[in-house]
Amino acid sequence: MASTDRATSHAREWSVASAIAALTLVLAVAAPGYFSWENLSDLLLANLPVLLVAIGMTLVIITGEIDISVGSMFAVCAVASGILAKTGVPIWIAGAAACLLGTAFGSLNGALVAYLGIPSIVVTLATMTALRDGLRWATEGAWVQDLPSSFQWLGLTQGQYPLVATIAAGLITAAFALGLRHLAAGRAVYATGSNPLAARLAGLDPSAIRTSVFAILGALTGLAAVLNAARFNQIPTNGGIGLEMKVIASVVVGGASVTGGTGSVLGTVLGVVLLAAIGPALTFLGVSAYWERAIQGAVILVAIAADGIRRPSFRRLAGVETGARA
Amino acid sequence: MFERDRIASLSDGTDHPHPEGSRSPKNRYHPAAVPVLLSASSVSKSFDGVRALREVSFDLNAGEVHALVGENGAGKSTLIKIMTGAEHADAGALTVSGQVVPRMTPAMARSLGIVAIYQQPSLFAHLSVAENIALSLETGGVWQRVDWTGRRRRALALLEEAGAAIDPDRLAGTLSMPEQQMVEIAKAIGAHAKIVIMDEPTASLMDAEIERLFSVIGLLRAQGGGIVYISHRLEEVFAVSDRITVLRDGEAVATQPTADLDRSALMQTMVGRPLKDVFPKRSIALGECALELRQLSNRALGLHDVSLSVRGGEVLGVAGLVGSGRTELAETIFGLEPADAGEILLRGVPLHIESPLQAIQHGIGYVPEDRRRHGVVLEMAVASNASLASLGAVSSYGLIDRNAERRSAESYVERLRIRTPSVSTEVGALSGGNQQKVALARWLSIGPQVLILDEPTQGVDVGAKAEIHALIQDLAERGLAIIMISSELPEILGMSDRVVVMHAGTVSGVLSRSEATQHRILSLALSAASPDAAPGPSSSVSREGHGVD
Repeated sequence: MASTDRATSHAREWSVASAIAALTLVLAVAAPGYFSWENLSDLLLANLPVLLVAIGMTLVIITGEIDISVGSMFAVCAVASGILAKTGVPIWIAGAAACLLGTAFGSLNGALVAYLGIPSIVVTLATMTALRDGLRWATEGAWVQDLPSSFQWLGLTQGQYPLVATIAAGLITAAFALGLRHLAAGRAVYATGSNPLAARLAGLDPSAIRTSVFAILGALTGLAAVLNAARFNQIPTNGGIGLEMKVIASVVVGGASVTGGTGSVLGTVLGVVLLAAIGPALTFLGVSAYWERAIQGAVILVAIAADGIRRPSFRRLAGVETGARA
Repeated sequence: MFERDRIASLSDGTDHPHPEGSRSPKNRYHPAAVPVLLSASSVSKSFDGVRALREVSFDLNAGEVHALVGENGAGKSTLIKIMTGAEHADAGALTVSGQVVPRMTPAMARSLGIVAIYQQPSLFAHLSVAENIALSLETGGVWQRVDWTGRRRRALALLEEAGAAIDPDRLAGTLSMPEQQMVEIAKAIGAHAKIVIMDEPTASLMDAEIERLFSVIGLLRAQGGGIVYISHRLEEVFAVSDRITVLRDGEAVATQPTADLDRSALMQTMVGRPLKDVFPKRSIALGECALELRQLSNRALGLHDVSLSVRGGEVLGVAGLVGSGRTELAETIFGLEPADAGEILLRGVPLHIESPLQAIQHGIGYVPEDRRRHGVVLEMAVASNASLASLGAVSSYGLIDRNAERRSAESYVERLRIRTPSVSTEVGALSGGNQQKVALARWLSIGPQVLILDEPTQGVDVGAKAEIHALIQDLAERGLAIIMISSELPEILGMSDRVVVMHAGTVSGVLSRSEATQHRILSLALSAASPDAAPGPSSSVSREGHGVD
């Protein structure tokens, strides 16, 4: 897949992939136990929800916005689906309800950003706090327990679940990867993030596009919450704490620029893989787990610094704009 | 003689209270007797290969008001920026008070007593008037204690000297435009500025405030300061200046004592280039009326009662000064800011255009003025930029067919002779002229009936300019109705079948190709008042129309 949109096509994807390959090589030599079936499948299942949210976040970041409320949204959607499942409704209805709830929260974020012009970091900071504390107030901190057996593993067997979840996440990832590249809507997302005024003049509706990407992120967060909740027999009310940071970091490492206009699903997938693999790798390599966050932070810094160096078009633009004419 | 009448009416109709009383009788120009405060010699400057200034020499004497006039884009702002250190000249020398300044910086300009007052005041909106004044005057480290009462006292004194009754405790953001302008003037007085550069200082001022401004100018010159005065309003230039320098296409074409010039001669000098034969106009049979505007108004954009029509195959030039409502007209037609009164008719059918999408669906295309900001998406490829308004045409079953998109883009690259390594190249990597052609390609791909071009050749080099002009004619030949907004009079005269001149948010005249001359267009652009109309109410309206662009 050759990108037609950037002269520096896929440079970031290649460098993240190389980092993953290097890590794999080191682990293969130093800690072959890392590649045990149990470890890898644990790692995969734990990070499928992160991947889904990261894909939604990729869209939001490409439009030049950000959403830090996904962690709270994740907790609320999970609890809501659990409570619904306990009333006896089929699992697919509980799941759909979580997605719808996420869509509603996302649309609210998006509408506030797009139509009232409030910066997305402020809007989602508010919804992050409101949802988190709202949940604490509503549940009084009590976890959802005694889930029906139909809820666990989505009503599948423990053996079937990983396969189904992986295939579902894979299909969704592929759909968004293709959509961003081949749908007019995908093009509109890039155009909005890169130059909203030009997009508007080309007949696009940047406000509707912004609202939609937030709504999509909400729906994916709801889905991720259900996929995650189904792995356990109780649902915590403090789930998803720090999820937003993990997700945003993965997207940024994957090459999306927080100023908007760039990013790809493939990059995000690689970013999620790299950040997910590093943590447990440290344990296997005998490094104290306390270093995990520090090393993740270093990876993010390297990625962002690479952005600044790599982007001649930005510097050119900045230089020209100060040179206004008479 | 028509032009003469109109020009006479300029002085009689919209005259300001003559500031003669507020200052000593105009100094005749005595080159040897007075010290030179500032001189720029043979200054040249280019932006991206486009010449903005070519060997311009300019000097300012103590106690003198030296006016700088010229059309939009003649190089006035660039020259000011070089004097204040905001830009560096590519060649030439700057001398301030007899001292050569090899590399001027804004801080150095300030310490040399050079102060610029712009059309748009640049105050800190969240700070009080007193703080704004203090910030520009106080020196010393960041740890010094703030003397609030002292700041207030000084602000009061300076404002009084400027003749402005403004409470120094008010936040700058709450001041009106004229009040902000007066604060800027107070800052200049407080800085004991020796050289004050005023760029369209009266654009937002009313008559009484202009009078006050003129008395401040009198004060500054009495203290031995020099003033560089830039204005589109020739009556002011004549009232206040001692000498006038005319810039045209980046060259200083004349410097003369004001007393030796009259309005007509000055305007002749401002526009006076002979029409070069770079715009060979083809004769194209005109078709039906494509677009008609009836009394179109848009209060939000300051546009009122615009009526005009353009036929298929016709190039309608739209002339006017910056701020006269030309771009606002285009934005209204295109639905960016929908009209609040009047009618738009496309081929005789009334339309409601509420958004750009609707305009596009009706076959109206718009290539905006500032192409880097609005016209193209710099980080996207040529192909994706070209298809952005017509993705349906290169899609099948809702999916973009990248091969079809590429083929379509390649055909435009060939037709419009866009010089690009490939259609996958980012548009940001292309030259200005080629970016403009990509913007054109986008609109051609929607199969438009009406194309609005706003400054289509601004910042484009000569070769690409001729190509764009040829393209515009190709499009007209294919039956498109073209509305071409331009600040370049030769472009307007060379390309247009008819010329609409705008002033203060409305049409001040329509000239046929045979009637249109640079002189007539400029007269209409400088004043909406026709020779027999009462000038009274229109003069205040014209004030408010400025400074929009």
